[in-house]
Amino acid sequence: MSGAELGLAASVFLACAVEAVEALTILLAVGTTRSWYSTFCGAGVALVALAALVAALGPALTSLPIDVLRVGVGGLLLVFGLQWLRKAVLRAGGLKALHDEDAAFAEQTEAAHSAGAPAGFDPYSFTVAFKGVLLEGLEVAFIVLTFGANQHRIGLAALAAAAAVTLVAAGGIAVRAPLARVPENTMKFAVGVMLTSFGTFWGAEGAGARWPGNDAALLVIVPSLVAVSLLAVAMIRRSAAPPTHEAPAMVSG
Amino acid sequence: MSGARAVLLGIWDFVAGDDWRVALGVVAALAVTALVATSAVAAWWVLPVAVVALLADSLRRAGRAARR
Repeated sequence: MSGAELGLAASVFLACAVEAVEALTILLAVGTTRSWYSTFCGAGVALVALAALVAALGPALTSLPIDVLRVGVGGLLLVFGLQWLRKAVLRAGGLKALHDEDAAFAEQTEAAHSAGAPAGFDPYSFTVAFKGVLLEGLEVAFIVLTFGANQHRIGLAALAAAAAVTLVAAGGIAVRAPLARVPENTMKFAVGVMLTSFGTFWGAEGAGARWPGNDAALLVIVPSLVAVSLLAVAMIRRSAAPPTHEAPAMVSG
Repeated sequence: MSGARAVLLGIWDFVAGDDWRVALGVVAALAVTALVATSAVAAWWVLPVAVVALLADSLRRAGRAARR
């Protein structure tokens, strides 16, 4: 497996794992309080819709000229990556609340309780599970498509996504509770860096630029972006930190 | 709101996210890269510079909004 393929698999796996953790919280909340059967139906239909989207758009994307594909894919990855990175930096800097799976679970459970008691097939559970899985999965489907199509490895990207979903589902079944201990922000930070780095690399290539060192340029882009992002976190923390003590009085002489 | 308008708004919201200026900046940076690539000057540096500038600007605005 080449470095670029490893980057593809790692990025898709991490992005999918993060979204799967959030979807799992929703499924657990409606499943435990209302109807597991209807919840599984909703999640299953959403997964089929996402798989159909990838299967339908994948071949169409891979038939595009490589430079057009790289500009489009690079642009989309940059837009998505910068959004992920921006949120992760704001969370790490303390300006945005960390995603709390326990709180999200409590909120969903309360909403499920207040929707009334289910009788037979439960449309509420079905709809909440369908919407939850579809919305959390849509961005991952686009990441699978864009990363996979650009390297003509949609199969590898889909496999990485399936592995992440399986791992998170197994974790959820094992603990039977939201996976609150998963370091979501760190994973989102890593995904943001990877999407932005690959977006920069492919976008520039598609627009006609040639990177010094070709693929090896990624070995400079990724660590540089990590350094810039960590610097941004440090600057936000420093500017947000309350003064710990009074400024010392000026002493002359 | 008509169905088509709702779908278009949904797609815009999905792509542009919380900060539409970033999406616009990415499109502009790709266009500048393509322009520079047609000249004799190396064009690879345009996107990395634009990415750092877009991230810094977006964080600055988000930070200002959060402190308000």
